Amino acid sequence: MTVSDRVRLLDEIRILEFIAVELNLYLDNNPNDHKAIRDYNSFTKQLMAVKDEYQRRYGPLSNFGTAWSQSPWAWLNDPWPWELD
Amino acid sequence: MWIYEKKLQFPIRIKNPNPKMATLIISQYGGPDGELAASLRYLSQRYIMPISEGKALLTDIGTEELAHFEMVGTMVYQLMKGASDEEIKASGAGPYFTDHGRGVYPTSAAGNPFTAAYIQSKGDPIADLNEDLAAEQKARSTYEWLLRMADDPDVIEPLKFLRQREVVHYQRFGELLMKVQDYVESKKYF
Repeated sequence: MTVSDRVRLLDEIRILEFIAVELNLYLDNNPNDHKAIRDYNSFTKQLMAVKDEYQRRYGPLSNFGTAWSQSPWAWLNDPWPWELD
Repeated sequence: MWIYEKKLQFPIRIKNPNPKMATLIISQYGGPDGELAASLRYLSQRYIMPISEGKALLTDIGTEELAHFEMVGTMVYQLMKGASDEEIKASGAGPYFTDHGRGVYPTSAAGNPFTAAYIQSKGDPIADLNEDLAAEQKARSTYEWLLRMADDPDVIEPLKFLRQREVVHYQRFGELLMKVQDYVESKKYF
């Protein structure tokens, strides 16, 4: 489990989430585009799976009841997003 | 309710400190066309949107702007972090350092602290969306001026990403404005 493995997984999350954000903004204006909704749901499924893998390995990406925590409280795990790793 | 996600929307790994560049980029943190103003503008304007598309788009773009606010803060932090006092003095970043050290403070590059006077919330969806279109263009310009000042690829890549997001938001707001105009017209009877 090297740092670069973690960053590689994080980059995979960023790519999938970027696609989801783009489709989301498009769908806000085009709620009847069924093909785009299928794409959104498909990328969301992939994103959730990769996030799940990340969080099992490195701790939660989000808190307030949206992800499990390891013990001790893994929300504190370094690095924070603004820190170089 | 908002949930924080402990990651940046786009990776930022600035290896070489550049305190002068930090004091320019800070304008997109707390300046007149910055990300804080953008987020606050959209999240405040959304309440009076007459159609669901508008409520959703302003919520979602307002939320994405908070991710950009974090990206800009990260750039400022990393550009200041490794700089020595001597480098800060020589770079001309002394005025910022005097008030904020190596901290991140919402101000414009010219030193004006953040103010809600940078935004409007007019209670009129057509007026608000026209402001939003202008705001996205002004932010795009600012990123272009910053790109002219930048020479480090670690700084240029995230600035290019942020510039591109302004273009996308402008397009989405333009589509929404047409929908809201149609809606407002359909409600009028003479």
